[in-house]
Amino acid sequence: MVYFRMATNISKDVLMLMLERMWRIRHFELKVIEVYGAGEFVGAAHPYIGEEAVAVGACAAMRDTDYIAGNHRSHGHPIAKGANLSKAMAEIYGRIDGYCKGKGGSMHLADFSVGILGESGIVASSVPVATGAALAAKLQGKDFISAVFFGDGASNQGACHESMNLASVWKLPVIFICENNQYAVTTSYRDTVSADHISDRAQAYNMPGVLVDGQDAIAMYEATVQAVERARSGQGPTLIEALTYRFEEHSLGLEKIRKSEYREESEIDEWRLRDPLDLLITNIVDSGTATRAECDAISDKANAAVEEAVEFARNSPFPDESELYKDMFSSEMPVV
Amino acid sequence: MAEKLFMQALSMGISEEMRADPRVFFMGEDVRASVYGAAAGLHDEFGDNRVLNTPLSEAGFFGAAVGAAAVGMRPIVETLTSFMWVGMDQLVSQAAKMRYMFGGQATLPVVYRAVMYYGGGSAAHHSDRSYPVFMNIGGLKIVVPGTPADAKGLMKTAIRDDDPVIMFEDGTLLGTRGEVPDDPDFTVPFGVANVLRPGTDVTLVAIAGSVPHAVAAAEVLAKEGVSVEVIDPRTLVPLDKETILNSVGKTGRLVVADPAAKVCSAASEIMSIVGEEAFWDLQAPMQKVASKQVHIPFSPALEPLVYPTRDSIVEAIKKTLD
Repeated sequence: MVYFRMATNISKDVLMLMLERMWRIRHFELKVIEVYGAGEFVGAAHPYIGEEAVAVGACAAMRDTDYIAGNHRSHGHPIAKGANLSKAMAEIYGRIDGYCKGKGGSMHLADFSVGILGESGIVASSVPVATGAALAAKLQGKDFISAVFFGDGASNQGACHESMNLASVWKLPVIFICENNQYAVTTSYRDTVSADHISDRAQAYNMPGVLVDGQDAIAMYEATVQAVERARSGQGPTLIEALTYRFEEHSLGLEKIRKSEYREESEIDEWRLRDPLDLLITNIVDSGTATRAECDAISDKANAAVEEAVEFARNSPFPDESELYKDMFSSEMPVV
Repeated sequence: MAEKLFMQALSMGISEEMRADPRVFFMGEDVRASVYGAAAGLHDEFGDNRVLNTPLSEAGFFGAAVGAAAVGMRPIVETLTSFMWVGMDQLVSQAAKMRYMFGGQATLPVVYRAVMYYGGGSAAHHSDRSYPVFMNIGGLKIVVPGTPADAKGLMKTAIRDDDPVIMFEDGTLLGTRGEVPDDPDFTVPFGVANVLRPGTDVTLVAIAGSVPHAVAAAEVLAKEGVSVEVIDPRTLVPLDKETILNSVGKTGRLVVADPAAKVCSAASEIMSIVGEEAFWDLQAPMQKVASKQVHIPFSPALEPLVYPTRDSIVEAIKKTLD
């Protein structure tokens, strides 16, 4: 079933926090595309543009003490959870002041201090990890929960299915959030997913499966609030499928595949009409929560923070050679 | 101090640590019934919340152990080496790499107990001795106890360690007996080899199930007037290179006995280190006594041909003395 937004009262604070974090992601990603084009960092980067409402709506429904894990499209989830833009950007630049001291890069941001257990370059690989964080909550009788973001492609991985089964059997406080952005690189989920909807698979695991408009931050927030309540009260996991769309190509450096036939330009244009930022701003302005000028000011502030982050990243040194052998283990081990 | 079975020693180590630290919990397939033995009594003593039967779902619970460890628990996961392949991505992409890839943010005190059943007609799908694979990956501490006392002491160190550890428990040793300290403070440190028998003519490094064969080979050769120094490294990551190199410096000869398959075995790595660092100490070519590079055949006529034995070790030692 599609989750329709209910006319509940969402506080202005939550709405404006979501707007701020969505703008932070959008400006961050636009800047990443710009500086990648200028050759300022190496490797891959997977823009989250178009999908911002999913992580932001979900994280707005969680506490700082809750945990998340994510995937290779890894900038949006941490920013949604409250990560520091400068440390995130410095990581993408491979610098010592990055979240992972330059050892993780774009696909592997993590900030354990605000519950971000890390993004995984292997799709679905972080799903069991998030499930384990929820297991820890249950075994210790604590009331934190965990959530994991994964894609339509990952939804076909065994690790994903095993985790959902395990979480349901043990009634773990975990939320499985499938960001169905329609394509695993170039392959449509319609060609790879046996069910009509990925959320339908929840039935097999005896948990609620909720299909949500992933362009609508408020819908994501409300669906997640329900899943969080369920998790925190010991009723177990929920599968949320957020129908969304990747506006950019799978990864920077792969722009050439846009010329291929896996999706039409017209389809992209159609989805761009439902830009998650436009939808949220329209709601905020139309409901009289804030003025367009206030929304613009939030955008400007986010943009300034991103500019600051880039300067921070550019000025941060590369890791020293002495870093090479550090962090393999919790204490120094002899170099083999 | 009392004589215990290797299996009982493992069990003692686990239950002592579970008593000492409420963050330690135990999970795996059929562990409440202790089908494989070393979890005997755990469920009765510690209850449902600390002893968990999992679904047959290695990717799921190997990874769940990583997540639980990342947020402060200390899981012990029981599995068999041959089932590790099923959950391999969680061991490699998460358990092994998480700390380094996230710049040291993740602390993962998780122990995977990998029981190696081989030598008893279990055929290719249940007879893996896979520790060299994990040595190559990095980020995992690799423990290979060869005696009951080490089984207990290394298990306790593994549970107290803040890094992911794989305890490779050799099925051919589970029924062996030895003196095991009762003292709950008894531990065996990682990275410290055990010289089981001092000697002057040949250095014999023996891993896991090869240890009793190596000791027996040394006894045979002692009667022929050859003095063999038998070293059990006990942990392969970290590896106590110094003890091995010092011994080779004294004897000038090296034989390594390793139940893993010969190619890229633990023996290969040890011999490579000695070749790089102590070549000029060697008076004869080094000898590797590892398993034949074949899958484990079922037939009792074939399987015993695969593994190192007392006699194949004796033969290899004699080659170094020719």
